[in-house]
Amino acid sequence: MTVVFGIFLLTLLLITAVAIVRTKNLFVAVMLMGIASLLIAANFFLLDAADVALTEAAVGAGISTVLFLGTLALTTERERAPTSRKILSFAVVSAAALVVIYATFDKPRFGSPDAPTQTHVAPWYLDKTREFIDIPNVVTAVLGSFRGYDTLGEVFVVFAAGIGVLFLLAGAPGGGKRPAPPGSDVGLSRHLIPRVVGRLLIPFILLFGLYVQFHGEYGPGGGFQAGAIVAAAIVLYALLEGEEKALQVIPRRVLLGLSAGGAILYGGVGVAGMLLGGNFLDYSVLADDPVKGQQTGILLIEAGVGLTVTGVLLSIFHAFAARGRQA
Amino acid sequence: MNALTAHLPALQVIVPMLMAPFVVLLRARNLPWVAATATSLLAFSIAVRLTMIVTDGKPVSYRMGSWAPPYGIELQVDALSALVLLVVTGASSLALIGGRESLAKVISADREPYFFAAWLLALAGMAGIVVSADAFNIFVFMEISSLASYVLVAGGPDRRALPATFKYLIMGTIGATFYLIGVGLIYMMTGTLNLADMELRVHEVADQKPILAAAGFITVGLALKAAIFPLHVWLPNAYTYAPHVVTAFLAACATKVALYVLLRFDFFVFQQNLIGHEFQFAAYLMPLAILGILIGSAVAMFERNIKRMLAFSSVAQIGYMMLGASFVTATGLTAATLHMFNHALAKGGLFLAIAAIAIVTAGCRLSDIAGLARRMPWTFAALVVAGLSLIGVPGTAGFVSKWYLIDAALELETGGAALVALILVSSLMAVVYVWRIVEAACFGEPAERRAASVPPALAIVLWAAAIANLGFGIAPGLPLSLSATAADILLGHVQ
Repeated sequence: MTVVFGIFLLTLLLITAVAIVRTKNLFVAVMLMGIASLLIAANFFLLDAADVALTEAAVGAGISTVLFLGTLALTTERERAPTSRKILSFAVVSAAALVVIYATFDKPRFGSPDAPTQTHVAPWYLDKTREFIDIPNVVTAVLGSFRGYDTLGEVFVVFAAGIGVLFLLAGAPGGGKRPAPPGSDVGLSRHLIPRVVGRLLIPFILLFGLYVQFHGEYGPGGGFQAGAIVAAAIVLYALLEGEEKALQVIPRRVLLGLSAGGAILYGGVGVAGMLLGGNFLDYSVLADDPVKGQQTGILLIEAGVGLTVTGVLLSIFHAFAARGRQA
Repeated sequence: MNALTAHLPALQVIVPMLMAPFVVLLRARNLPWVAATATSLLAFSIAVRLTMIVTDGKPVSYRMGSWAPPYGIELQVDALSALVLLVVTGASSLALIGGRESLAKVISADREPYFFAAWLLALAGMAGIVVSADAFNIFVFMEISSLASYVLVAGGPDRRALPATFKYLIMGTIGATFYLIGVGLIYMMTGTLNLADMELRVHEVADQKPILAAAGFITVGLALKAAIFPLHVWLPNAYTYAPHVVTAFLAACATKVALYVLLRFDFFVFQQNLIGHEFQFAAYLMPLAILGILIGSAVAMFERNIKRMLAFSSVAQIGYMMLGASFVTATGLTAATLHMFNHALAKGGLFLAIAAIAIVTAGCRLSDIAGLARRMPWTFAALVVAGLSLIGVPGTAGFVSKWYLIDAALELETGGAALVALILVSSLMAVVYVWRIVEAACFGEPAERRAASVPPALAIVLWAAAIANLGFGIAPGLPLSLSATAADILLGHVQ
């Protein structure tokens, strides 16, 4: 059954991908990209990768669509006539695809319990999570502790992306505060129905974000997903009430502080492990009981991830929106 | 003190990385620069300390989060990594110390915190790649260093920096994605990400199609990142339009880090396991190296923009490193790794000289520097020293690595003489393009200049680089012993 669903979803994904390449209207392309992300998320879910599915849905279908739309507001909806050689690109892509297909000939059977990925490190993770960390969600244990250094790196990837956008867009003239004239219609404030429905939704989205943040140890979730969800709630607020009002709630300086603070919190937990006599990112030394220490460490670093992701996503959103206001 | 020493491999990465978010929050003018420079110098001293520890040939290992590999992430520093770490942190420190005025001209005060934070992230990313012993972890840090380098290049003085960055971004992302696909395929077949563990486990499945495809993806992806001919198209514009000091930093180390991963992956994981890999490695990479050397040098000979000229020269120099590696012999690998170090000295010195010249001139074309040598004799003297090292004149660092390369070529059973001829011809081509700079500067008709002088800090680091080119040419002991050990380590994995 999984295979049938998988083939169905992947076929839809293929059709969407072709449509994205073929359309000349960038607005349509952005919408289709959102659909493609949702299809990928569904596929991940089908493969029992609920954590990745949640991230893909929140980031791919949610936030990146908003950012793409922000970019389109600055540029144009129509694609310019291509300047590059299409045949060459097509040949390169086909060649790469053929190699990937060639690589699948000897791959382990789908879902096989004898696959090397199932027999080497995975049993150790499944086995030792209970002993060392004692939380039900092994994915969180791997991401937060066993391979916590990678996750720290990912937080800094997000942070670097945020710095990049701020660096490129901050140099724009008049990037500072310029309040909208009173009485003007900002956002969707004149449209009653989206406003009422949106306002009703926002508290629940925020609550769900917090749930995803703190429930990551038990079920799918964690800082990345929660950060994206909380950011989405505030972006929704900005769309409804105008960007200025959203900035009054959380000013730019605070967002920058969140982005940097989350990364510092994560790194700080790692350094604390060092100072208490362990290695970098060794949470066992954070409490008298190593298992308790691991749990505390994961809770703290997930909070750091959430802060940075929320801060960076909102900073990027506001940077684009501010640029759009001048245009 | 001893406890601190044990943490050095981790500190090498996390000191610059964790300073970045603090730098973003600094608002006072020049303070971000001060913080970044101090951090970079600290990173350099860590690299020096690590080098002292590993010179006897014994690698240092570190377990992140105290988890044993392959379950947790392992860091490892050996002679090869120490050499590259010295280059990365040294280039960053020299460029930062000398670059304050040069950068202040192109980066406005409100963008300074972001810029220097990105600089530290680029430094941390490259250091993270070098010390990592985990295939996926390398990818993560590749992303950090790439994103940060795009920001640095985009800081360039005119808008042409933006399309150059975009091209760099697209190419870099394709390279990283190819690498990730390759790592994913290997993980599918071995279930591990730790390089040492991978080396053992890949053996059983070495003849299977996913591993072959993975070797291809990883080689091509990293070749794209390392700008190996013909995958170098992103490099000339990125180097030309980046701020001068950024070019000095990136030209000295960015491509070398990718080359380092390529060598490590290839020699540790593939060489001994894939049948006939040794031959294929040579058969594919040697022609590319030769073409890169010839075409890169030829384009440089006719280029009028000095920065672009030197960028194409970099394509040729990467060719030398690949040529040495493609011999798969101890001498060849010594030459390749030594040339990483020496080329960083020469090219870093040249780009620092350009940063100094650009304080006075309007642009970086040959016509802009006409007759300038009379006004800036010291700057041009340093430029000539670095240029001689690039050519490979005896007494400079560049000579030592070319000597080893010729030595390695002569050890070959066939074609050695032809390769020696190639190296000599391409060195003559380097004479031509370096001479064109000198000729314009010494004999051109001087035009009106801005009344500015080279900041003392820049003059000092420029001369430090020039003297290093001479010093490591006369007494190449340290880099030579490191690269000889590195070659042994790499070949130790080949049976």
